[in-house]
Amino acid sequence: MAALAALLSPTAPSGASATQPLSPTSIFAPVSTPADSIFELSLFVLAVTAAIFVTVFGLLLYAVVRFRRKTNDDGTEPPQVYGSYEVELAWTIIPVLIVVALFLATARMIASTQHPAKPRNALDVVVIGHQYWWEYRYPAFDVVTANELHVPVSDAADPAPTFLTLLSADTDHSFWVPRLAGKTDLIPNHPNSMWIDPHETGLYLGQCAQYCGTQHAKMLLRVYVDSREDFDRWIEAQRRPAQADGAVARGRDVFETTACVNCHAVAGTAAGGRFGPDLTHFMSRDTIAAGAAANTPENLRLWIRNPDTLKPGSLMPAMNLSDADVNAVADYLESLR
Amino acid sequence: MTTASIPWMQSDVARRPLVERLHDWVTTVDHKRLGILYVVYALVLLVVAGIEAAIMRIQLMAPHNDFVSPQVFNRMFTMHGTTMIFFVAMPLVFGFANYLVPLMIGARDMAFPRLNAFSFWLTAFGGVLLHFSFLGGSGLYGAGTAPDVGWFAYAPLTAKTFSPGHSTDYWTLALLVSGFGSIGTAINILTTILCLRCPGMTLGRMPLFAWLSLTMAGLVILAVSPLSAAQMMLLVDRYLGGHFFDTQAGGSAVIWMHFFWVFGHPEVYVLVIPAFAVVSEIIPVFSRKPIFGYPVMVAATVCIGFISMSVWAHHMFTVGMSPAANGFFVLSTMAIAVPTGIKIFNWLATMWGGTIQFRTPMLFCTGFLFQFLIGGLTGVMLACAPFDWQLGGSYFLVAHFHYVIVGAILFALFGGFYYWFPKVSGRMCSETLGKLHFWLFLIGFHLTFDCMHVPGILGMPRRIYTYEPGRGWDAWNLWVTIGVVFQGLGTLVFVGNLVWSYFEGDRAGSDPWDAWTLEWSTESPPPVYNFAALPVVRSRRPLWDLKHPEDPDWKYEQ
Amino acid sequence: MYGLIAAEAAIFTIFVVAYLFYVGKSLVGPLPNEVLHAPVFLTICLLSSSLTIHRAVAALRRARMRTFELWWAFTIALGAVFLGGTAREWHHLIYDQGLTIRTNLFGTSYYSLVGLHAFHVTVGLLGLLTVLLLGLGGRVGQEHTERLDVLSLYWHFVDAVWIVVFTVVYVIGR
Repeated sequence: MAALAALLSPTAPSGASATQPLSPTSIFAPVSTPADSIFELSLFVLAVTAAIFVTVFGLLLYAVVRFRRKTNDDGTEPPQVYGSYEVELAWTIIPVLIVVALFLATARMIASTQHPAKPRNALDVVVIGHQYWWEYRYPAFDVVTANELHVPVSDAADPAPTFLTLLSADTDHSFWVPRLAGKTDLIPNHPNSMWIDPHETGLYLGQCAQYCGTQHAKMLLRVYVDSREDFDRWIEAQRRPAQADGAVARGRDVFETTACVNCHAVAGTAAGGRFGPDLTHFMSRDTIAAGAAANTPENLRLWIRNPDTLKPGSLMPAMNLSDADVNAVADYLESLR
Repeated sequence: MTTASIPWMQSDVARRPLVERLHDWVTTVDHKRLGILYVVYALVLLVVAGIEAAIMRIQLMAPHNDFVSPQVFNRMFTMHGTTMIFFVAMPLVFGFANYLVPLMIGARDMAFPRLNAFSFWLTAFGGVLLHFSFLGGSGLYGAGTAPDVGWFAYAPLTAKTFSPGHSTDYWTLALLVSGFGSIGTAINILTTILCLRCPGMTLGRMPLFAWLSLTMAGLVILAVSPLSAAQMMLLVDRYLGGHFFDTQAGGSAVIWMHFFWVFGHPEVYVLVIPAFAVVSEIIPVFSRKPIFGYPVMVAATVCIGFISMSVWAHHMFTVGMSPAANGFFVLSTMAIAVPTGIKIFNWLATMWGGTIQFRTPMLFCTGFLFQFLIGGLTGVMLACAPFDWQLGGSYFLVAHFHYVIVGAILFALFGGFYYWFPKVSGRMCSETLGKLHFWLFLIGFHLTFDCMHVPGILGMPRRIYTYEPGRGWDAWNLWVTIGVVFQGLGTLVFVGNLVWSYFEGDRAGSDPWDAWTLEWSTESPPPVYNFAALPVVRSRRPLWDLKHPEDPDWKYEQ
Repeated sequence: MYGLIAAEAAIFTIFVVAYLFYVGKSLVGPLPNEVLHAPVFLTICLLSSSLTIHRAVAALRRARMRTFELWWAFTIALGAVFLGGTAREWHHLIYDQGLTIRTNLFGTSYYSLVGLHAFHVTVGLLGLLTVLLLGLGGRVGQEHTERLDVLSLYWHFVDAVWIVVFTVVYVIGR
């Protein structure tokens, strides 16, 4: 099993770190228990189906070669065999047994992964899917943020899993970060839950996996698994309201008097819109537009001027601001650390 | 068998004016002509939907490509899926059944010829309506253009709030109309098989094609109706202010999924069972043996029909059903693999000990066996719900169902084309072009759909118009696109073969393959009344009995 | 006809499932137990019409044309009373109780289910009426017995569906 696992996980050749797979989103490079369990089950299932394939394909190949009409065939018909109840019984019973084995293995895994008991120190995060961005709330800390999820690393000695409650504000979405867990859908009026307990720090990628509209493709997922200290530092910073900065007063003014505040919130200011992502700690994020572009000054200005240049069909309208205003607002947002 | 009438191609009577001949076709109630109409209609739309697929693949061959906008891409995958299922695969399947079932059971026509014609025109109109959406209008986002909600149109994306304009309505109405056509055809097939078999043909002596058509028709009646009901509910929501799927009013998005998949899963069996039927006729003839285990094949098919009504929520494993519900659907889905596997073994056993001739129909059937085996096994993998939690909704799933729909169903139907073309047209297809078609298409199919499994495993979800570089998906997507070229070439060769052979192919007699079922006892093409005298049969292979009077089947059949 | 009945049964099943699923889930009123009153008289009318159509076909089989016409007309009358009564009930629900198809989940599922049934009754009545008119014109004879038997199957189906709808809406759903 271990050798098969090594064969299947597409890890980089030796020289690179042992935990750097060739693909950051491979289901065969799990770092969290749900994904690990699925990986183990999948090895069993693959082994069984591979065995079936080899057997049946072997028989097919043999039949195709052995029983093809020879060039010196004299045209007589072969023996006309109508059937055999013994043979039929044999190849009914064996598949039934295989099905039972597969079912039991699967049922066991479903039972252990879905709805486990929640440990006391589990972190609760509420995930709300929007067209086309992710809202994250940490109820225990009174934190609202967007698009980049931070969770603490969890190890066997000191497990610190994160339990996600999945809701939707509009259409169906699906949370899929392959290295952490299987996907679970976010469906309006139908709360779901899932859990992860990543045991290696790092950034894990994924994206929305249920078609939700025009920009479904760019509703990307970025999960930052931090060490305990890094996570505590991050969440503390997220709890603070936005710091006032006189240098960007003009930008803040444009932001608050144009329709920006209808959709966006900045804690500690008049901006309280919830339709779009919370921007209180905008500069703590590496990307904008749910991962569609890197958080650089140039991309930010492109986005504010006309979101369709980066993500055509996203629900943020172009506000027709003058160049000066665009720069002012961008400066203001760049002050939101 | 004497050929008492002269095929129209050879007659000396002057051809009637084109308008009159077209009028004949438009007003026909003859099951053979309606079968041809269904099939030609399906082939035209196969090309259209194939182009939609090619557009998608060009867009996806590199990350961050901008061949088409996201709006256009989303319309492409919606139209490709909807067209292929409802206006290519179903008409093909109905066309084959329409043409062949009465001939195989020794009847003169279907039980309700006018209903037959009505059903065809309903289906045809549905397809036209769906494609009219492209022209319906431009302007406001979503107003009057092709639907872009995916072929399964999940709520609440289809609500007026999220799909303003009429694109979703085109989807709903086109399928509602063609759904009624499908139900009509199914009722026809059912009644014909149950009531119009020739003397001596008990249910146990029908060709397997007829048995499987019967099962398919039963499934259509039970499965298409829920879709029609759900679509009526969607229209109530969109136009009468109803709340069936309105989550803001307490309605449920999940119940749409249940209703849709209660249709959707049996639907794929509606498509694959006729493929089984074709293969069950071709493999025996080209292995020169009767089908192995006829009674078991019938029982397995009926089992598949029943069980298929109980597996639908395996399309919903990620929706958050209880562990018990998930477990039930895992079990039922795996259970259906048992009778399906039995059928594969029976086909193998038919070939075993035979004298196999690899003419074009048999080549395609062998491809079918290989590819259905693989597609079925990836299905068993996906039936394990946790595995589906990772790979459902990904390109692994897309690869799985294309493996079954293209690799199994389409390959089988291609085999059927080459097998029955001589009967329908009186001419043989070119073997050379047929083999060229097979190899081109086989290479293209495997390039595309083998490679497509990998991006799924590496985390690529479906229905995305572009993707990020650096996830390991790029090269695989490029190979997937390259395969499309070969499949396109293969399809061109196929259509060319059909056209060329129609005019220049060798004349086929009534029984070019030395086969054993009743359709081969009449001329090629059959006269409008099918049989000069209604046949009387004593076994499952009436022509074998005639050709081998010293060793007839009815002496040995169980 | 059995095939058609099977298909229609499947369609009705989905509407019944939706109705049952949404029982008790409406976010706002009016609620079933507030506004629904079991239409017992209408039900008796509709179910009796199954009896009358059966007698009509039996009469036709024995070539008793006038008896056939009478029972057939009686069937139509009973069906029409049912439809009229349903219309009255709906008028009361909409104008007096404020329950429309868009009011809440109950309204949506109720009008859809009962409406679908009423639609099928209407189509049936049109068919029956056509036969009545043809019969009055002397075009219906004993040789048509089997066809009218098949048509009466449809009518029996419509009545059977009403039994289910009645139970689901007026008994279980309240």
